[in-house]
Amino acid sequence: MSIASSGLTCPVPAGEADRVLLGHGSGGKLSAALLRERFLPRFGNEVLSVLGDAAVVPAPGEEIAVSTDSFVVSPLEFPGGNIGHLAVHGTVNDLAMMGADPLYLTAGFILEEGLPFDLLDRVIEAMSESASEAGVIVVTGDTKVVERGKADGMFINTTGIGRLDPRFRPGPTRARDGDAVLVSGPIGRHGVAIMAAREDLRFEVEVESDTACLAPLVQGLRATCGPAIRCLRDPTRGGVASALNEIAASSGVGIRLEEGELPIPGPVRGACEMLGLDPLYVANEGIMVAIVAPDAVEAALEAMRKHTSGESATRIGTVTAERPGLVLLRTGLGASRVVDMLPGDQLPRIC
Amino acid sequence: MKYLSEYRDPVLARSLVDRILATATRPRVLMEVCGGQTHTIVRQGLQELLKDAVDMIHGPGCPVCVTPLEQIDRALFLASRPDVIFTSFGDMLRVPGSDSDLLQIRARGGEVRVVYSPLDALEIARANPDHEVVFFAVGFETTAPANAMSVWQARELGVTNFSVLVSHVTVPPAIRAILDAPDNRVEAFLAAGHVCTVMGWEEYEPLAAEYGVPIVVTGFEPVDILEGIHMAVRQLEEGRAEVENQYARSVRRSGNEPAQALVSKVFELVDRAWRGIGEIPSSGLGLREEFADFDAERKFDLGSIRTSEPAECMAGDVLRGRIKPLQCPAFGEACTPEKPLGAPMVSSEGACAAYYNYARFQTETTGEPT
Repeated sequence: MSIASSGLTCPVPAGEADRVLLGHGSGGKLSAALLRERFLPRFGNEVLSVLGDAAVVPAPGEEIAVSTDSFVVSPLEFPGGNIGHLAVHGTVNDLAMMGADPLYLTAGFILEEGLPFDLLDRVIEAMSESASEAGVIVVTGDTKVVERGKADGMFINTTGIGRLDPRFRPGPTRARDGDAVLVSGPIGRHGVAIMAAREDLRFEVEVESDTACLAPLVQGLRATCGPAIRCLRDPTRGGVASALNEIAASSGVGIRLEEGELPIPGPVRGACEMLGLDPLYVANEGIMVAIVAPDAVEAALEAMRKHTSGESATRIGTVTAERPGLVLLRTGLGASRVVDMLPGDQLPRIC
Repeated sequence: MKYLSEYRDPVLARSLVDRILATATRPRVLMEVCGGQTHTIVRQGLQELLKDAVDMIHGPGCPVCVTPLEQIDRALFLASRPDVIFTSFGDMLRVPGSDSDLLQIRARGGEVRVVYSPLDALEIARANPDHEVVFFAVGFETTAPANAMSVWQARELGVTNFSVLVSHVTVPPAIRAILDAPDNRVEAFLAAGHVCTVMGWEEYEPLAAEYGVPIVVTGFEPVDILEGIHMAVRQLEEGRAEVENQYARSVRRSGNEPAQALVSKVFELVDRAWRGIGEIPSSGLGLREEFADFDAERKFDLGSIRTSEPAECMAGDVLRGRIKPLQCPAFGEACTPEKPLGAPMVSSEGACAAYYNYARFQTETTGEPT
């Protein structure tokens, strides 16, 4: 009996691989190499470099804010960013909406066998950049590899920990009659950028995702307006309409929006016309809705406009005591309609 | 957007509202046929602005709403087959069949994909030769040319794994059915601008003459719709009953003749059941015999799918304009957009879903349903 020499070949390739192999999730040498060559150089910091079973960090104050989010997006790269930007911004922004200063981040990766390393590198690079911009460090992480077809390229989970300021606690129950409804920037860019990339729609003016870190904006609001900032929300999935409905329900107030004041960029409006969608329900990843006491409106707008991602901050409506729980939009014609929560995903219309 | 913003101009719209209010000597009952117009009317709150002059009844022009339950069940059956990639316009996905919908079929492993054009479905068929690709060809005359083109191209390209589940309907027979109903209240119609872009308006002239009813071909933006309403009200006040064209920037009297030619090469007139209304003779389009190979109903053994509508659903009366959605006992209680009993509660173009938003607001401001 003879054995073909190929049958004896080690399944771990001897040379440099250019993509993720199942072996990278084995816990063996390939896993160590993945960590050493790709993650540590970009995320490296004193806490992470210890490589213990758990990160040990100094306790920040009496109370902390904790938030977790998982990121699945197709395509992984899109105009304006990639899944790595989203994975940091999404969690950091959730902390910021509670008024917390983001400090630490954990990162869990589920990688699909065959994922090209250059794509993985771009994602890690994006996370590294976004993290340092947000002032957070990645203190612990995990990597798993699943067989081809069992994940859409890669999934990322991040958990963030932030320091709370006991004197600054914006919350969804705190909106009051007469408060102003502000947004920090143009509506609908992230969702349209993703849809355009997914459907391979080519518009004359490309729409870029707005993915951005909102922590500096919130810090500016805290410094200038303090408790006059009643409530902050980042209108991601479900868009501005869903975020405002949640606030209206939690605070037991009505919200009136002015259609003419909504900052919807022309290309977003055009794409939504074409796709039969409503920009108010389209996802955003770099703007926030702020409910602000009436006497702090100008100061809040000015504070937001000092930052790039807040330079077109504007007022879009008012909190009212009438019709608690309802969000109403006054149309350009002076009539009103209800802006409700969606029953599920927004579905494009036939005609 | 150029060529669009002027049709949303609030000042122009307000002046049209004032002209309609000044023209109507008594409240007039108008029906907009098309779901796209219903959508604008509700989104912009036009009913609220016009409530003293015009009662708008939302007609059966929502393709999602009038596709019969049997056909939805056939779609669900096909989408469940492991060898089928089922393709559809987005808003068909949540329409309830007898015990499921396409979203649930997808969650259970059925391959259901949203497309924006039937030609995309044909591309999917070419890219997946080991699957049968079925496109759910629903809609009025507006979507018929592209659907016809997909079948035509499939034959030209020799694509044998592509077929269409057809549920096409046409507008004029529906208008006739509404006018023939003994309890009809509709005094004038806004005809659907997109349908007439394809078909022209010649076929509406006999209807206007025979029934003495004004018909105005109307666009979809607020200013279009208000202008269409104004033209219809003016005809009623002047005792005229003609076909007029508000949507002149898109519609010619003879329509789009090459599109019509393609439609009649691929489709022929057939009797068609309308959900909630029942069968209307010669009111639908079916594939001609020579395209039978592309007809999903002949290609697959669909068995005998029999259905019955939920007894408490009054969609038929709503679609015929006999009752307003608020008058249905199930409205907002047993039937909501999250858990619809009938199709008009599903699509944003559906009258019940439209009222679900609008009427809740009305009820809370005036204390009584209108």
